[in-house]
Amino acid sequence: MSTVAINPGETVLSAQGLEMRFGGIVATNKVSLDLKKGARHALIGPNGAGKTTFINLLTGVLQPTAGRIVLDGEDITTLAPNERVGRGMVRTFQINQLFDTMTPLQTLALVVSQHVGLGRKWWPSLGHSAAVARRCEELLTQFHLTEVMNQRTSQLAYGKRRLLEIAIALACEPRVLLLDEPVAGVPAGEREELLQTVAALPADVSVLLIEHDMDLVFSFATRMTVLVNGTLLTEGTPDEIAANPEVKAVYLGHGEDAHHD
Amino acid sequence: MLTILFDGVAYGMLLFILAVGLAVTMGLMNFINLAHGAFAMAGGYITVLLMQRFGLPFLICLPLAFLGSALLGALLERTLYRPLYNKPHLDQVLFSIGLVFMAVASVDYFLGSSPQNVQLPEWLKGRTEIGTDPFVLGMGHYRLFIIAVCAALTVALQYVLTKTRFGSRLRASVDDQRVAAGLGINVNLVFLSTFAVGSGLAGLGGALGAEVLGLDPTFPLKFMVYFLIVVAVGGTSSITGPLLAALLLGIADVAGKYYIPDFGAFIVYSLMIVLLIWRPQGLFVRKGGK
Amino acid sequence: MNLQINAHASLLKQSRLKWLEVLFWLLAFAAPLLSPSHVLIINEIAIVALFAVSLDIILGYTGIVSLGHAAFFGLGGYAAALFAKLVMPDPLVGLAVGIGAAALLGLLASFTILRGSDLTRLMVTLGLGLIMMEIANKLGWLTGGADGLQGVVMGPLLGRFEFDLSGLTAVYYSLSVLLVFFILLRRVIHSPFGGTLMAIRDNRLRAMAIGIPVNERLIVAYTLSAAVAGAAGALMTQTTGFASLDLFEFHRSADVMLILVVGGTGWLYGGVAGAIVFKLMQDFLSSITPQYWMFWIGLFLVVLVLVGRDRLIRPWTWWRSARGGQS
Repeated sequence: MSTVAINPGETVLSAQGLEMRFGGIVATNKVSLDLKKGARHALIGPNGAGKTTFINLLTGVLQPTAGRIVLDGEDITTLAPNERVGRGMVRTFQINQLFDTMTPLQTLALVVSQHVGLGRKWWPSLGHSAAVARRCEELLTQFHLTEVMNQRTSQLAYGKRRLLEIAIALACEPRVLLLDEPVAGVPAGEREELLQTVAALPADVSVLLIEHDMDLVFSFATRMTVLVNGTLLTEGTPDEIAANPEVKAVYLGHGEDAHHD
Repeated sequence: MLTILFDGVAYGMLLFILAVGLAVTMGLMNFINLAHGAFAMAGGYITVLLMQRFGLPFLICLPLAFLGSALLGALLERTLYRPLYNKPHLDQVLFSIGLVFMAVASVDYFLGSSPQNVQLPEWLKGRTEIGTDPFVLGMGHYRLFIIAVCAALTVALQYVLTKTRFGSRLRASVDDQRVAAGLGINVNLVFLSTFAVGSGLAGLGGALGAEVLGLDPTFPLKFMVYFLIVVAVGGTSSITGPLLAALLLGIADVAGKYYIPDFGAFIVYSLMIVLLIWRPQGLFVRKGGK
Repeated sequence: MNLQINAHASLLKQSRLKWLEVLFWLLAFAAPLLSPSHVLIINEIAIVALFAVSLDIILGYTGIVSLGHAAFFGLGGYAAALFAKLVMPDPLVGLAVGIGAAALLGLLASFTILRGSDLTRLMVTLGLGLIMMEIANKLGWLTGGADGLQGVVMGPLLGRFEFDLSGLTAVYYSLSVLLVFFILLRRVIHSPFGGTLMAIRDNRLRAMAIGIPVNERLIVAYTLSAAVAGAAGALMTQTTGFASLDLFEFHRSADVMLILVVGGTGWLYGGVAGAIVFKLMQDFLSSITPQYWMFWIGLFLVVLVLVGRDRLIRPWTWWRSARGGQS
């Protein structure tokens, strides 16, 4: 946990007029979003609004047809995806993207090694560095994965896989974390673990969260952006959004108000 | 030069008929079938055997070659290929290589390894020349026949694909198998019939091509590359793509072997590599297609 | 619970040398002495094993299917053979030349496998194999063309061990090279670098998303794999005394893939195990039906795939599947 004073006004990540065209379809229509340092910013919208496409644009999986992306003052619009990670922008995936033949321990050891610059080393073994092992233990404990740390990833329960999904992102020590529907599909018994973990993210990490679970969104976010059909509808604090009649009509009013119990 | 173009077109059309089945099944089942050439070989040998042992006329043998290969294809699809659709590509590659090896060795064992000769009927032999020097177009009658048959088949294929219910079922299954099944399309039947027709066409191509390409037990191995080039470069989302790729390949191959005989084959392979690096999804991809 | 020891120890356990391995290598080196009449086949097994292990780097550990690995095998072989005939007959220098030539080709070719689907990669690798065959054929004045390059005579190994008719020098040469590369590659796959390769194999998208420069790693892996294949080729021509176009043949690429698959991909010993099984089977079947060997390989491949690759050779992985799957 950081004790550094956070300047609430400082913009860490800025998407400016991002546009994504697929042939005749405009998936992302000149969307702009500013992510502040330490932000807890939620991106919401109905299915098909283009939220994941937006994340793909930010991370470089897709190249925008127009617009700019600025990270820490540097224009990264044409930077390769893996280089953006090096600059501190990390994402999780809506559908788990894991390394199925490896164990959680091996996975995290690999990610941490890559992150601290050991990824090119071919002579020392993966377990050689005690520092890497220590970091793995921290993460395994933080994400409740210690009991399963030596099991093949393909055999883990879904909730554990989801936890690993996020653990991998955290292992990269992100400054900007893009969470794509972290609790999607997680069974009721395992949601608490996940929600606690998300709530306990370090304060200096700037988080952009895509979620459909309104409980999580409203308890987590301090700022929200609403996306509809690839276009930015509005942006504001949770209270402003909840009170906004347009938003209610398009999204919240459709019975998607998810008050689970 | 015009003659070379003509020969190249004939060769290309033949390659198209040989490879179109592979393109469609690859697009449909996402199955890498390196054994496709074995069905072509089957058609060729059926023709040769029917002509030599039973004295059947050449023209009758052609549809019989189609039928024989189609039946063989249907049988193998139902029994061997179907369980493997969801296996990784490596497994499919290994499996189909295994089939080719078996086919090649079997034919060698039963029918010998020397090239087979097809006795063309008299009216297909010969050659017509039109034009004056230096723009002479020499058209071998047999090659003319090949172009005619293949063109007719191409038109028929395009018609079936776009204007019939089976065609739309096929296209739906190619686009999205699960949705197609959900719509009530019998995907298994579509696979089976498509595979059978594709193999049948390969067999027909093998019969037609026996005289032009040569027919011996190593046929599937020799021409496997060419079929794969047609599919890889032409893409699997249409039949015009492979058609154009086949024509391109046919002309390039014939021209290469004529003008630069020492490096003919070399040119084709290099061209293929360059094309695939430039456009890894194939030259002719339908936007939004697979 | 002292977690500190747990994670570190767990990781190290994966890469520790197992006594079974040591035993295996001792046996391998004792074999030529235990049965001197089989020296030739042991030599072949060692060479094929090295070739298969080289393929495992890209196929088993990085997930790239290649139908043209013989391109590197053949180039290494011819380079070493020509070096011995035209420059100097020292085996180790010739080996280095073979490795270097194959590595260079691998580096150039690696740019062709970066993009595209499995089919594209298949085509491109197949194409390379065919091109190398064509080139070797056309440069007949250099390579001996269809007749091959005869009379490749080696000088004494390390200046002392003559390549004589007993074949002992040759077989120990091959075994030693195999062992050296094996140790090297074993370290590579257990290293962070090796981990990144496996990440690329398992999930390329995620590998990119955690900062791995995928293309860069692919190029290195492919070049490494080509270099080791070249070493195997060099051993082949050096120990058999001649080089032929057969080194580039498609069936070599197909055979080595079969060998690796039989032995099991992704555990390095798969190449060795597969080589042993394959060569012994080939020897046995050739004495029964010399001409139709291809049929039996074909049948074996078909059955292998229908039954399921994993079920074959590694019974001990059946209960090991709950834990990590590295060797």
